[in-house]
Amino acid sequence: MKFLRNTLDKAKHNFEEGGKYHKYFYVYEALDTFLYSPNTTAGAKGVQVRDAIDLKRLMMTVIIAMTPCLLFGIVNVGHQHFLALGQQATMMDKIMVGLMQVLPIVIVSYTAGGIVEAIFAVFRKHPINEGFLVTGMLIPLVMPPNIPLWQVFVATVFAVLIAKEAFGGTGMNVLNVALTARAFLYFAYPTQISGEVWTYLPEGAKVVAGYSGATPLAIAAETVTSGGNAVTQLSGFGAGWAEGIYSLQNMFIGLMPGSIGETSTLMCLIGAFILWATGSGSWKIIVSVFGGAYAMGLLLNALAVNPFMALPAHYHLVMGGLAFGAVFMATDPVTAAQTETGKWVYGFLIGVFTVLIRVFNPAYPEGIMLAILLMNVFAPLIDYFVVSVNKTRRLKRATV
Amino acid sequence: MGKFIRLKKGFDINLAGKAALKFGNADHPETCVIKPDDFHGIYMPKVMVKEGDQVKAGTPLFHDKKNEKIVFTAPVSGEVVEIKRGEKRKLIEVKILADKTVESLSFNKYSVSDLSSLSREKAQTQLLESGVWLNLVERPYGIVANPDHTPKSIFISAFDSHPLAPDFSFIYKGNEQYFQAGVDVLKKLTSGAVHVNVHSEKEISPVFSQVKGAELNKFSGPHPSGCVGVQIHHIDPINKGDIVWTINPFGVIQIGKLFLQGIVDASKIVAVAGSEVNEPQYYKTYTGASVKPLLKNNLKQDHVRVIAGNVLTGTAIGKEGHLGFYDQLISVIPEGDYYEFLGWITPSTKKISFQRSFGLLSFLSRGKEAVLDSNTHGEPRAFVQSGVFEKVVPMDVLPTHLIKAIMAEDYDEMEALGIYEVIEEDLALCEFVDVSKHHVQQIVREGIDLLANA
Repeated sequence: MKFLRNTLDKAKHNFEEGGKYHKYFYVYEALDTFLYSPNTTAGAKGVQVRDAIDLKRLMMTVIIAMTPCLLFGIVNVGHQHFLALGQQATMMDKIMVGLMQVLPIVIVSYTAGGIVEAIFAVFRKHPINEGFLVTGMLIPLVMPPNIPLWQVFVATVFAVLIAKEAFGGTGMNVLNVALTARAFLYFAYPTQISGEVWTYLPEGAKVVAGYSGATPLAIAAETVTSGGNAVTQLSGFGAGWAEGIYSLQNMFIGLMPGSIGETSTLMCLIGAFILWATGSGSWKIIVSVFGGAYAMGLLLNALAVNPFMALPAHYHLVMGGLAFGAVFMATDPVTAAQTETGKWVYGFLIGVFTVLIRVFNPAYPEGIMLAILLMNVFAPLIDYFVVSVNKTRRLKRATV
Repeated sequence: MGKFIRLKKGFDINLAGKAALKFGNADHPETCVIKPDDFHGIYMPKVMVKEGDQVKAGTPLFHDKKNEKIVFTAPVSGEVVEIKRGEKRKLIEVKILADKTVESLSFNKYSVSDLSSLSREKAQTQLLESGVWLNLVERPYGIVANPDHTPKSIFISAFDSHPLAPDFSFIYKGNEQYFQAGVDVLKKLTSGAVHVNVHSEKEISPVFSQVKGAELNKFSGPHPSGCVGVQIHHIDPINKGDIVWTINPFGVIQIGKLFLQGIVDASKIVAVAGSEVNEPQYYKTYTGASVKPLLKNNLKQDHVRVIAGNVLTGTAIGKEGHLGFYDQLISVIPEGDYYEFLGWITPSTKKISFQRSFGLLSFLSRGKEAVLDSNTHGEPRAFVQSGVFEKVVPMDVLPTHLIKAIMAEDYDEMEALGIYEVIEEDLALCEFVDVSKHHVQQIVREGIDLLANA
């Protein structure tokens, strides 16, 4: 250990002011602070002791909260693969197939983002921000398992560049970076990200009789034109090859096709619990997103004119990416509302818009992504009103 | 009748090395200094003595050029040995070689009954001339009180909730008479009430509980409940144009002694505390005194940080430094200039954290005393609004937005968000808990200075 420290110390002068590689100081700084917490002490004035938390630990906690989703996602990718092929497989096989599909996506996402981040750190002279550790993990989790790797790369570069660095880097971005990557793919390569990508199937693979890769949301959306009962359609789906795959219970557990990390409401709730217990994410936002979606679902039930509108409200909570979005995307502290009251409004509206987009816009089967991006843009406005109330209260006090 | 205010938000940093309720013996301090930097709102100090001059306690050393009535006087008698200046001849400090027995200039003496008929002008003149006036701090801005102003109320926080804070009921024991006289004089200076604020769960000294003519308010809850700014906010908030003065109990007692005895008595009891002190306890010393005799043979190790004041708002002064004007505590903690391998993720129950992120397990042992060093535990990063500031500020103020308004130098916004209600110490916990390791107190002071000089 001493050796490592000595090497870093020896190299340090090259990166400091006037050193040969001063340009790359923040690259060195990233490595140095990753290996060792710095030896900096508090200034002569101001606080003399500091809380043990730092941004790295905070971000790491979020990543830990995401691991249940990631691990479950890996197993599920393999599970869906063998299900579609109609083959029996052991747990080990499923994990292997899942790893083969998911790991490259994770690696590409981190590499692409890391390169952009490092280039900007060098040229814009800002520290490499740990926020990317979270973004780099979020992006794979919202990708379908069959996504071409080059698309992951392009989407990540686009998102980090346009959604974050163009606004001045971490802490300044308006839009959630990971969702921007997803939205980019959604609009730039619509054919690849919709359709049969939700299950990993190698080229030329023979699928089981009766197989269909349709997602629950797509099935529910279809009932608008084809009629019938959405719940029966869902529970009847998969007959012959995957009995009950879209039953309420199974959708809650999440053994179904979808993006890598977002299928399991249960795993998202475990993540939510970790975020809540460690105080790393706002529970107010999580609760209010679910609340908003449920309330909107109930309202639509009451006004139902088609089978999708009549879909019981609690189905909305377990279908698609609502849970994942609520727990990991909406809670991003930079792009969410920052006032405590604002968080309730922000989350609630995300839930409402998600269900609205799902039910009324046939072009977008999933609404959570657009709902969060929309509310990212409106978050400052929500805060503006909450802050105004605080200001008015102060002014009123003066005149009374 | 006083009010009872329950506060929930905040955080008590439970440090090891609290001072035991007993007195230690130490040598008489060799030197005392008065530093203009201990005070805010001073335009330019003009020195009135020369090196080699003999002074008594209460002899003017320098005054403020903008407001010549505000005089900074010697805390002890002795010889002026150094007038230290920095860049551009900025006055750093005036140092006095202290006599073994302190002699004070004599001022007018009053009996308790005479005090009631004393006029505001006379009281104010004596306070200003003796330099005891400096104990009065004016809000907004936290500056030395302007004698031309009449505050709408005066606040005395009679408990200190900072880490390792001295126990006021111990150090002010037996000063009932002086505290009462001090309050009687203060009442002449304000158009409103004098508020004495105590903590409901701590022992309340008769010095405070038996005071007449003042409102006795009770507070409960963690730090910063003892910060006078928080107390003002809940009892008589400062709106635009309002002026409130604050003073600590030491100042009140000093005023009492000035009028009852006619002397400037800058002797004070300070706590010497912290994990690196052999025997944390109380000592008798003077305002601005050298801390050297108090630390002699009293430190567990050599690599320590000596802080005049507490660990949240104090100043690192070194082992031979001097107390500041308002300080009543010397904290000694280990210096934290070490690297820690993978320190950003290693779990620890010892490092204190307000938060509970992965591996920060100190919340499991909240009641236990901890040893904290001066390490920053991480490096400065971009401002991330994790919502944690809001959890340690028990005021109807939005700290994140206020701090951002200051950084943007947006005057209207700062004003609307309540900058008049805070000074550094009220938001010191924000700096402690900040994930991005910003210098919040410095930012707050910059904002205050912007508005004060606007």
